[in-house]
Amino acid sequence: MFAFVVRRIAQAVFVMLVIGLIGFSIKQQIGDPVRDIVGVSVSVAEREALREQLGLNDPFLVQYGRFLKNALHGDLGHSFFFKKPCLDVILAKAPATIELVLVSSLMIVILSIPVGMYAAIYPRRWLSRIIMGMSIVGVSIPVFLTAILLIYLFSIQLNWLPSYGRGETVALWGWNSGFFTLDGLKHLILPSVALSSIMLPLFIRLIRSEMMEVLETEYVKFAWAKGLHRWRIWLLHAFKNTLLPVITVGGVQLGILIAFTILTETVFQWQGMGFMFLEAVERSDTSLLVAYIVFVGALFVVVNTVVDVIYGLVNPTVRITGRS
Amino acid sequence: MKHKWRRFQQSYVWYSFKRDPVAVASFSVLFFLIVIALLAPVIAPYNPYDMSVIDIMDAELPPSWMEEGSRDFIFGTDIQGRDLLSTMLYGMRLSVFIGCGAVLLQAFIGIVIGLISGYAGGKTDAILMRIADVQLSFSTLMVAIVISAIFQVAFGVGQYEQMAVPLLIIIIGVAEWPQYARTVRASVLGEKKKEYVEAARVIGLSPGRIMVGHILPNAISPVLVISTIQVANAVMSEAALSFMGLGMPVTKPSLGSLINSGFEYIFSGSWWITLFPGVLLVVFVLVINLLGDWLRDVMNPKLYKG
Repeated sequence: MFAFVVRRIAQAVFVMLVIGLIGFSIKQQIGDPVRDIVGVSVSVAEREALREQLGLNDPFLVQYGRFLKNALHGDLGHSFFFKKPCLDVILAKAPATIELVLVSSLMIVILSIPVGMYAAIYPRRWLSRIIMGMSIVGVSIPVFLTAILLIYLFSIQLNWLPSYGRGETVALWGWNSGFFTLDGLKHLILPSVALSSIMLPLFIRLIRSEMMEVLETEYVKFAWAKGLHRWRIWLLHAFKNTLLPVITVGGVQLGILIAFTILTETVFQWQGMGFMFLEAVERSDTSLLVAYIVFVGALFVVVNTVVDVIYGLVNPTVRITGRS
Repeated sequence: MKHKWRRFQQSYVWYSFKRDPVAVASFSVLFFLIVIALLAPVIAPYNPYDMSVIDIMDAELPPSWMEEGSRDFIFGTDIQGRDLLSTMLYGMRLSVFIGCGAVLLQAFIGIVIGLISGYAGGKTDAILMRIADVQLSFSTLMVAIVISAIFQVAFGVGQYEQMAVPLLIIIIGVAEWPQYARTVRASVLGEKKKEYVEAARVIGLSPGRIMVGHILPNAISPVLVISTIQVANAVMSEAALSFMGLGMPVTKPSLGSLINSGFEYIFSGSWWITLFPGVLLVVFVLVINLLGDWLRDVMNPKLYKG
């Protein structure tokens, strides 16, 4: 187990180095720090002096090493537009995205488990057929379209819910939260519904197919033969083993969820990281763009590593096949 | 040719296709959509790229059955005064073209890497598959967004929009190859142990020839199965990128950028610019998904889960 964890962490570090390399080369190719700092009237000679002073004439690997060292110290460069360190900008925007992802994943978990189980236990009932039919329609609707339709229906036509922004937020130890005001919660409803709409059908289908497979196994048949109560069989015997593959897929899906926050946040003008990222692209704010890539990359790597390690704890065969 | 057609008619695929009304219906809808998309220049009432027929005074007209609608424009017009029906047809043509192009590219990259990975095995296999795993863990959409953002900043918006079609094909193709690589590798591993491969090796054929000429034809059917779903994915990715302003420009709209341009005007009540292209996109993706599901069940029930 120890060797497995070490190998997994080594791999995570390697992936982070590669992400850093990609980010750094983008900065090298596209961004010009001198242009970011000085105005138009500065002469070529002064620019050259500044270049030397900033160490921009050093060999590539030396600069990359410096970039990594700075990144490890939490310095991801300066945003051209915000005139602030990139990490500060990202951290200021992160709570909005995290709250959105949190609420959406909660909704996905709460809804997909019972619905998926129902569809697996009674695959022939008409309700299950409707669920499966709806789920394939749900997979086919792009998340931004769902978001737009929700806005049109609930904000413009019915005027029930606000259509954009985060509403009133409360600052809690530097964390701007929308959880504690009615206005903030109201603003959360539509974006989180839109965000979960893409993942919910996938999870329902996944849980259903896994659960159906488990229900066919010998030990479940044996449990029926023993005359156990059906809820005991469904929950304790079948569902527990359904969870294993769902956990692994769940880790990967989190990445997809973060990608979709970019879309959702654009539609709802949600002041999170995704919205900031697209704005950075529009303003050619290379430093911020690179900082976002490195930050989100680190987030992915950490989550995936943790999920893998948990999976290795729960399922020993993963550790053994990895060794080969 | 005639012989092959008869064999196809007697095959299990054709038999289960005929017996499945959902498959027949979705195939007909897909066929119809692709035909009208390809024939867009012929059947569309207007040419949305021809600036001389566009009148800005016609902008934002509602569909013809509504009170202010004009009979010249069945589904109304968009913000630039283009006939929405024609623009949708041209947009779908672009989406289909980009989707298919991207799938061809990802299939090519994926098949090459999958073949090498499965056939060579050992360290090569481990490294290539780790790369695929890592890229998949970042999710294909995220990779596509990041690559297109980098391209856009690197080239500048103007130049990016001019080269949008080939760039989008490359972006989506590069973002989604791991799916193919994994599938191909899995079936290569199954084929590699078989006797005909050993026989080919004994007569001294080169590894390249064995991979392409002998293993690939036997490993290709799962590739065809995932291709249907991959086309739907590629069309969705293209729409998402265009919606974010990282894809097709408004002057040459695909379905995604049409929805995007309509979204800015939805607050003033012009719902049709968003809704009609949206419905078209959903129907298109839905029928491909339904067909893909059916194909997966028929060809190989144990291919993958989800």
